[in-house]
Amino acid sequence: MPEATLVDAINLALARALADDPDVVVFGEDVGVNGGVFRATAGLQQRFGAERVFDTPLSEALIGGLCVGMAAQGLKPVGEIQFLGFLYPCIDQLVNHASRLRNRTQGRLSCPMVLRVPHGAGIRAPEHHSEATEAMLAHIPGLRVVVPSAPERAYGLLLAAVRDPDPVVFLEPTRIYRSVKGEIEDTGEALPLDVAFVVREGRDVTLISWGAMVKDTLEAADELAAEGTDAEVIDLATLKPYDEQTILDSVAKTGRCVIVHEAARTGGFGAEIAALIAERGLLSLLAPVIRVTGYDTVIPLPRLERHYMPSIARIVAAVRKTCKFS
Amino acid sequence: MQEELPVIANFEVRRRAYLAPDGVVLRHLPDFANDRDLIISMYRGMALARAFDLRAVSLQRTGRLGTYATSLGQEAVTVGIASAMRPEDVLLPSYRDNAALLWRGVTMEDILLFWGGDERGNRWSGPADDFPFCIPVGSQAPHAAGVAYAFQYRKQARAVVCILGDGATSKGDVWEAMNFAGVCKLPVVFLVNNNQWAISVPLRLQTASQTLAQKAIAAGFSGEQVDGNDVIAMRAAADAAIASARAGDGPRLIEAVTYRLGDHTTADDASRYRSTEEVQQRWKEEPIVRLRNYLVSRMNWSKADMEKITTECEQKVTAAIEHYLATGPRPPETMFDHLYARLPGAYAGQRKEIEDLNA
Repeated sequence: MPEATLVDAINLALARALADDPDVVVFGEDVGVNGGVFRATAGLQQRFGAERVFDTPLSEALIGGLCVGMAAQGLKPVGEIQFLGFLYPCIDQLVNHASRLRNRTQGRLSCPMVLRVPHGAGIRAPEHHSEATEAMLAHIPGLRVVVPSAPERAYGLLLAAVRDPDPVVFLEPTRIYRSVKGEIEDTGEALPLDVAFVVREGRDVTLISWGAMVKDTLEAADELAAEGTDAEVIDLATLKPYDEQTILDSVAKTGRCVIVHEAARTGGFGAEIAALIAERGLLSLLAPVIRVTGYDTVIPLPRLERHYMPSIARIVAAVRKTCKFS
Repeated sequence: MQEELPVIANFEVRRRAYLAPDGVVLRHLPDFANDRDLIISMYRGMALARAFDLRAVSLQRTGRLGTYATSLGQEAVTVGIASAMRPEDVLLPSYRDNAALLWRGVTMEDILLFWGGDERGNRWSGPADDFPFCIPVGSQAPHAAGVAYAFQYRKQARAVVCILGDGATSKGDVWEAMNFAGVCKLPVVFLVNNNQWAISVPLRLQTASQTLAQKAIAAGFSGEQVDGNDVIAMRAAADAAIASARAGDGPRLIEAVTYRLGDHTTADDASRYRSTEEVQQRWKEEPIVRLRNYLVSRMNWSKADMEKITTECEQKVTAAIEHYLATGPRPPETMFDHLYARLPGAYAGQRKEIEDLNA
């Protein structure tokens, strides 16, 4: 599909997964007839039937728990939570059950499920619709947390998530659902999980990001290139477990690192990456690691949200600062 | 003055009981109540759970078992339902339902291993699809709906049984599961062990609802209240509810009214919040003596028959305890071995660190 959006990619991957495997079922609030509030499941119920693609009552804990029960029976449930801000009633299911069913039973039962959740701010949405609390999820042992940043990776990573034998939370950046386009071949080929993607190679500084911020980070890299700074950009893609080696190799090469995420700074996933570099890459550093993040405040309502989100200017400024450091 | 508005809905909740506390038959019995072998096997299941509980508590008191939750006084609830299930049905128990697990083939060694602090206890060789004890109260109810959806989707004539406590009926996730089960007519039975106490909180602080059975009505299916100390009533209610589920007639709720004769767990001291008089009073209603009286009066059962079962149970428990105590801990690095299907490379170093520290 030429010029596919990220939503198209999700829809295509879901259709592919449903067509390939009769054990795949897709459900959530408004995912049936309505095709999802973002249309990610558009047309799927018509094509695959209401037993396989269905609306649930307005019950987020149920959606998480249904996934666990179905997965224990060998189905491949793909649940949808409408917005990350509505995931929280379902956290109990993720922390206490999905992520540890395999361990609790020492492999007797397992939990091959995917929970799709729109992620992030920047779409002028109402209160509670702009959350970026991925670090909370990435702290849960036994879970996988994946955040695509472009249509082609969304397609391949979602297929990988559905085929993975363990629970995956698949965060979909709403800001780039339609604004980033790419070419997708519906080949059914999955991309590897647990692997970071170097989306731009460079010598001078390593920029690490995920989700919607990868787009801004790449644009910042273009701006920096114009002034002679050659930035490498890593799309982390899987936050748990994350690809330590790609980060360490890149930092060993560049000696400088800026981490970009829209989530609040304290305890954000950037802190984990900075700690990794401090523990295992310190001697290759030529400058302190800098984080460009959302602030440690509640994500503001739309009038102020652009002041909260890391801007291209803030990323560029951080890179200039780290490159000047000596 | 109250406006005379038309009544648009009426509901009723029925109560099932066959045996009075002294074992006297109250009303016409279901056919299976004349099946001597079945009734004796149910007696054996209850007696085994009782013997197991008593020994498990003493193991805990002597430092050889972790915190343990007994089913003291509630054995009829779990034996009643478990005996009505088929092997291919799936049980989602809460932490107090030992008797149901034992009936379904989980060994005492497995249960002791779990409460002794070892995950391998949940890797039992018993019913492969059954869930382990659920500790976060009521959070397994949505799983029950998921398992039931899988059965319905695959057109399998299997039923799901989810055992909850009275406290669990106050939880949102239990309601979410019941509501969805009603919408989809899922093959699931919600069994509420109403033992009157959620740790220290009595039922009257848990709900203003006249019965817990009626909570099913709002979800669009029926609920029945059962004398949970009458194993014949429990079995009859379970037969009906499971048959409904299996036949595709949708979910049912059974409220088993019983009493938690013991502490919440070995970490609890119930004398802090309820009187010994209350507990003594409730001992008069307990299920094992009740069934024994029935067996003696209606089935020509003798003291020797009873003693034979008691001895047999004691021996089984003793053998299981010996086996449990002889089982050493697993190597510490194996705490990583079932985290994922395959341990991600990112955590291999941590596994090795534990291994090296304990080499």
